Amino acid sequence: MPEKPDRDAIVVRNVSKIFGFGDNAFAALDDVSVAIRENEFFTLLGPSGCGKTTLLRLIAGFDYPTQGAIFLYGQDIAPLPPFKRPVNTVFQSYALFPHMTVAQNIAFGLEMLGKPRAEIDARVEQMLKLVRMEALAGRRTSQISGGQQQRVALARALAPQPKVLLLDEPLSALDYKLRKEMQIELKTLQNETGITFIFVTHDQEEALTMSDRIAVMSAGKILQVGTSREIYDRPAERFVADFIGESNFLTAGFVAGKGTRATVRLNSGVTISASLPEGFQPSGQVTIVLRPEHAQLVPARGGATLAGTIENIVYLGTDTHFHLKLDGGESFTVRQQNTRGKNETYSQGDRVGVAIPPDAAQILKD
Amino acid sequence: MAAESRLDQHRRTDIRNRWLLSAPALIVILLAASGPLLIVVVYSFLTPGSYGDVAWKPSLEGWLSVFMQRDIFDDTLSLADAHVTIFWRSIRLALMTTIATLILGFPTAYFIATRREDRRDLWLFLITIPFWTNLLIRTFAMLQIIRNEGIINLVLMKLGIISAPLQMLYTDFAILLGMVYVYLPLMVLPIYASMEKLDFRLLEAAYDLYATRFAVLRRIIVPLVKPGIIAGSILVFIPAIGAYVTPNVLGGGKNMMLANLIELQFGQGRNWPLGAALSISVMAIVMAALLVYVRNAGTSEVRHG
Repeated sequence: MPEKPDRDAIVVRNVSKIFGFGDNAFAALDDVSVAIRENEFFTLLGPSGCGKTTLLRLIAGFDYPTQGAIFLYGQDIAPLPPFKRPVNTVFQSYALFPHMTVAQNIAFGLEMLGKPRAEIDARVEQMLKLVRMEALAGRRTSQISGGQQQRVALARALAPQPKVLLLDEPLSALDYKLRKEMQIELKTLQNETGITFIFVTHDQEEALTMSDRIAVMSAGKILQVGTSREIYDRPAERFVADFIGESNFLTAGFVAGKGTRATVRLNSGVTISASLPEGFQPSGQVTIVLRPEHAQLVPARGGATLAGTIENIVYLGTDTHFHLKLDGGESFTVRQQNTRGKNETYSQGDRVGVAIPPDAAQILKD
Repeated sequence: MAAESRLDQHRRTDIRNRWLLSAPALIVILLAASGPLLIVVVYSFLTPGSYGDVAWKPSLEGWLSVFMQRDIFDDTLSLADAHVTIFWRSIRLALMTTIATLILGFPTAYFIATRREDRRDLWLFLITIPFWTNLLIRTFAMLQIIRNEGIINLVLMKLGIISAPLQMLYTDFAILLGMVYVYLPLMVLPIYASMEKLDFRLLEAAYDLYATRFAVLRRIIVPLVKPGIIAGSILVFIPAIGAYVTPNVLGGGKNMMLANLIELQFGQGRNWPLGAALSISVMAIVMAALLVYVRNAGTSEVRHG
């Protein structure tokens, strides 16, 4: 098969999922459309109840969409039962079969596909090696640790060589250090196997670390799809900016804009350049977002973009957070790296200015 | 040294206390279970008395008569076909009852286990309702339902599906129906207890790994609720092999069962040693069957790999 560079593995088209009836009806997914590319590490990110797991379950086949279609390499799979989809899942609870050994768990999918015994054994061997579990092949799943169970779940789902691997918050049960290790391991595994990964998480840091692209979800809708950098630096909506990282929100007057470039006037009267979400034409008042680390404290002199008083200083080891009250009454946070001697010159109650580099500000759609 | 002996002493009182504490249970087991059983064993090696009871003269005649019969004229021994037939009939009925209750009970338990948590108690309650009534009354109720003038035949005739009543009462079908009705809860409850502990996310995982519904049943559900299936089968099989009331009432006593045969020896037959030997034989058969069953059920699960 000729490899097209940006082939879509999964296309979700206008999918809605409504649970319950009548007055109790609840739309877990509300007209969602998204395309996931081949060999991509794609993350569905959002708070609990945003519909990310529902979307994953629809792709896996555990639930059927109320409306819309789901295509796997062009074939509509929405009506197929889970056992007829070349898609496998790593469950949040791992869901390992307790009456089978590690090796038997990994072999299960291959056995169900009716593969010959020799092929199954070879593949199980290969999978055990991939997740470094050769030594524990004969153990019951109750006799291994959480991190090992996680790796077995991964091997079990990868063994039948699915076209797409679905991962439903697989790292949430692990402790911090192990989670960090597994993040790297998962990313490496995805590179090695070349399988499309769809990863569900509520952990923004995890999403930023591993993903090729992220879809941020809220209340049954996909708000924005983009690379980690795009999502972080150019959030299109207030929810996205707020959910991922820390943000300063300021209201400003829209002056002029073209394409993705615009000029806004801050309450201080200074005009700055800002990025505009594609296809968005605002007028009048807009909200802009500024990341705390993109702003910079400067001595309070004329010419600073913003001016205010330091209300609070929080020392965080590598960084220091300065919480300011701007002259317009708005709160504003500046995050500065602690290079030696630099942040020690400021103290609580000082009047300071804030410098905003060009392009740091982003206009939000709402 | 001193510490050691104190420890020893402590251990000794500990052991003594344990014996003292379990004494009531041990006495009950000894007097209520082992004692009578011992009497039965002793009686089986004695000679029948003229008016029932036993004469204290040792004899193997009782045991011989379990499967053999002595010719009245020339004293030669031959296989007692009648007894073999009765044994086989009872074992077959117990097996069929176990299988039928399993077939009906397994889906029932699954159904209850998959209901909403606050509704399961209601279903379990409904399952146990028959236990509230005496076995005899339940059996006679079943008789009323399936007899020729019973509700089933009346309805079928009113609807014009049949013109003459179906003969259901006093058939093997009637016996099995009655047995299944009586013993079904004993199958449902232990299977439900296992099923309730089943993590239903495992079923999703199996579906996801290309298992069809039947494969999920065979490879995931059945192995995981196996303890319940074993317990249920034992609970049904043991009383079913000694069933007395149900085959008598619904089968019309036409075909003798083991329980009837034993009862006969202690009553009209006036052959207590034979009755005792038969009782112990039944017990041996049940124990052997259980041993084979549990062993097979226990190992089949680790067949793979």
